[in-house]
Amino acid sequence: MSQIETFYEVMRRQGITRRSFMKYCSLTASALGLGPAFVPRIAHAMETKPRTPVIWVNGLECTCCSESFIRGAHPLAKDVVLSMISLDYSHVLMAAAGHAAEAAMAEAMETHRGNYILAVEGNPPLNEDGMFCIVGGRPFVEKLKEAAAGAKAVIAWGACASYGCVQAAKPNPTQATPIHKVITDKPIIKIPGCPPIAEVMTGVITYMLTFGRLPELDRQGRPAMFYGQRIHDKCYRRPHFDAGQFVEAWDDENARKGYCLYKMGCKGPTTYNACSTIGWNEGVSFPIQSGHGCIGCSEDGFWDQGTFYNRLTNIKQFGVEANADQVGLTAAGVVGGAVAVHAAISALKRAQKKTQDKVEG
Amino acid sequence: MTVSTPNGFTLDTTGTRVVVDPVTRIEGHMRCEVNVNDQNVITNAVSTGTMWRGLEVILKGRDPRDAWAFTERICGVCTGTHALTSVRAVEDALGITIPENANSIRNIMQLNLQIHDHIVHFYHLHALDWVNPINALRADPKATSELQQAVGPNHPMSSPGYFRDVQNRLKAFVDSGQLGIFKNGYWDNPAYLLPPEADLMATTHYLEALDLQKEIVKIHTIFGGKNPHPNWLVGGVPCPINVHSTGAVGAINMERLNHVSSIIDKCIEFTRNVYLPDVVAIGGFYRNWLYGGGLSGQSVLAYGDIPENANDFSAGQLHLPRGAIVNGNLHEVQDVDVRDPEQVQEFVDHSWYQYGEAGKGLHPWDGVTEPKYELGAATRGSRTNIEQIDEAAKYSWIKAPRWKGNAMEVGPLARYVVGYASGHEDIKAQVEGLLRTMDLPVSALFSTLGRTAARALEAEYCTRLQKHFFDKLIANINAGDESTLGHWVKIKDGRIENYQCVVPTTWNGSPRDSAGNIGAFEAALMNTKVERPEEPVEILRTLHSFDPCLACSTHVMSPDGHELATVKVR
Repeated sequence: MSQIETFYEVMRRQGITRRSFMKYCSLTASALGLGPAFVPRIAHAMETKPRTPVIWVNGLECTCCSESFIRGAHPLAKDVVLSMISLDYSHVLMAAAGHAAEAAMAEAMETHRGNYILAVEGNPPLNEDGMFCIVGGRPFVEKLKEAAAGAKAVIAWGACASYGCVQAAKPNPTQATPIHKVITDKPIIKIPGCPPIAEVMTGVITYMLTFGRLPELDRQGRPAMFYGQRIHDKCYRRPHFDAGQFVEAWDDENARKGYCLYKMGCKGPTTYNACSTIGWNEGVSFPIQSGHGCIGCSEDGFWDQGTFYNRLTNIKQFGVEANADQVGLTAAGVVGGAVAVHAAISALKRAQKKTQDKVEG
Repeated sequence: MTVSTPNGFTLDTTGTRVVVDPVTRIEGHMRCEVNVNDQNVITNAVSTGTMWRGLEVILKGRDPRDAWAFTERICGVCTGTHALTSVRAVEDALGITIPENANSIRNIMQLNLQIHDHIVHFYHLHALDWVNPINALRADPKATSELQQAVGPNHPMSSPGYFRDVQNRLKAFVDSGQLGIFKNGYWDNPAYLLPPEADLMATTHYLEALDLQKEIVKIHTIFGGKNPHPNWLVGGVPCPINVHSTGAVGAINMERLNHVSSIIDKCIEFTRNVYLPDVVAIGGFYRNWLYGGGLSGQSVLAYGDIPENANDFSAGQLHLPRGAIVNGNLHEVQDVDVRDPEQVQEFVDHSWYQYGEAGKGLHPWDGVTEPKYELGAATRGSRTNIEQIDEAAKYSWIKAPRWKGNAMEVGPLARYVVGYASGHEDIKAQVEGLLRTMDLPVSALFSTLGRTAARALEAEYCTRLQKHFFDKLIANINAGDESTLGHWVKIKDGRIENYQCVVPTTWNGSPRDSAGNIGAFEAALMNTKVERPEEPVEILRTLHSFDPCLACSTHVMSPDGHELATVKVR
């Protein structure tokens, strides 16, 4: 195993100096909320650790998690796959198929029993004996349980594995089920989002490789370091919210000035994620910055909270309640027989209240 | 036992059955079974979609303005495609028009997706069917550099030292004994034909493309806030434009536009200097492997997309062509009207769904999606452990859409055949240029390699269109128009009554229909010779050439990037 490249070797080979490497370690430490004392420890780990086996399985999903993963910029996806982990099974990237693919998975499970990370994208459907998702002629749920049995830890990628996501939205015809309901004897790290941010995905993996332990998790099983605060808490448009400056119609003057999207249905105030801090695709933007409210894609059951365009009705904050009830009257037009009326129904209020209460516990 | 299908194939199930499940390097879940005769030639092909999520059922009763977000999640690879189709379908149902800027931005995003998708498909999903990364260890870096400079002289990353570095890295990876994603590949199979230098060049580009693809999508991030799954809006686009005045930093401003422009240039450079040259170089070594034509030479369908002007979807205004060809008659390109209940119909006789009566086809507007999982009597194994499937009964989660009763191929090759046959100038010039370069006849298009080449040509064409719409956007802003939204609808009672999507892989991956016509995947696999039936790299080659998207396929929409969605709002 001595030939295995370490993080450090990868970086050096790519022309990164020792000085820059140490700077990277120090940035990693501060990104993870650790003090300078941890810098040498991170550096040591990156210089010496071999590659951890990862088995990545897919259930009912849309592959947006895999797609997000390969968007990773720091570290680059190629460095993760070639030099940081050993991706021993990946439906999306592996060369082998059919029996050869199944054999690779069986071998990895056997060789690394108790030591591999199981990464799960998607979820198992339980209706029709699990046959709404078939892999190798058998229900995905069986494969999932077998793979989980020998895993050291399980990562639930995205909203599907964590909460069920779109296929579990009402009436959930396949009985798509989050993985913690079928894997009950292993630590599960939930990385929700549809998809999660690439650097959050790789950040969680590198944390485990670097420190040899699971990140601190909240009551829902999410890493506190990335899901500890609401989008709203760190939103760069927050000053407009506090000042009562809102977008009232998608293309009004306030939209062009980048005012707060709360009245347009933004779910930032109830959504725990790192979009407003880490940003998307190397920090280029995030939904609110690009003019559309947050749809709350990292929250449990976000598909069934009423339309994405209704204002949250239970947020009590400075500068809001004064005109909150007038929000729905800023209708833009009557089209195709639709009536221009604000549609905040009481069921929606109840549903959202429940979610927020649960989150804030 | 031998059976002749109405669409001209002779199926023989007497040979050895070969099963590939899971089919990897695709989106979603798929199984494929073939029969191989004693000459190792495929005589029967069965393609099975092995997942269903039920989005049509879930969409009923929802607010139509939200539908894009649901349908976008049909697929994280095609991502915005389904969302764009959805907002258009809702606008169509509600009679909403959008401004020119919104049309330009939507086109830029859709083209961007197409470029990204084609590059990732070629390098990361398809390449390993042709390229042997282990063989690349035997390459001479200097000779690789010469090859690179011969096939792609304008690509700057071409020195012997560069290729040596990549090779060393690859060597360290292989020597580690942890082969990761390359584990159990068929690396000593004689079906791999590239010399080591071409393998090293292509493997290097695999890594370069992996780095580049994360840059390409930043156009989605700028206009839609994130990728995968950017945000869309019924009535226009959510991103406001403000390039002149206070608050521009919170909108699409000069800095954002410059960022978009720089990515557009990168797309043009990579497709011209790397992607297309690689397809020509690799294709050159496989020029005699012309299997996999399937339906492409007889029945192809394209819905058309990328409208030049907002709200005008007439065929002549679309940059990607619309039309259908049946019975191999390239002289007649028929017009396609997806609203016509006689044109598009879906059958479920061999799909795990049920309609009221057998043998019936339904137009998506009247579509029914009611699952019914059952296996045929000749199935080997059990209900939850399928060893061999019975294609005489229901055998797939994919429905069988037919155009005027014909099984059709859709996707880049279908669009390029339609474009070529209808005299689309850009497409004709590209196709003729490629065939001239490779010294191949037009008939070579109708093959697995032709499908792969058409996708590369389309990517290159899309990079130019992306630039065109960016210039158009700038010109329109310069003319004083910054609007990006037509109408924002407030809906109280409007709810989705029925939503059916007919996606590309539904056409391509469809099972047999009531008349016994086989689908495009199945047709393309027929009569292919495989070197080693137990190492079915040839099957993967042909299936991958379609860029199968199984999560998409279990819904009915359109040829990758161009789908059909119908929505009824009550």
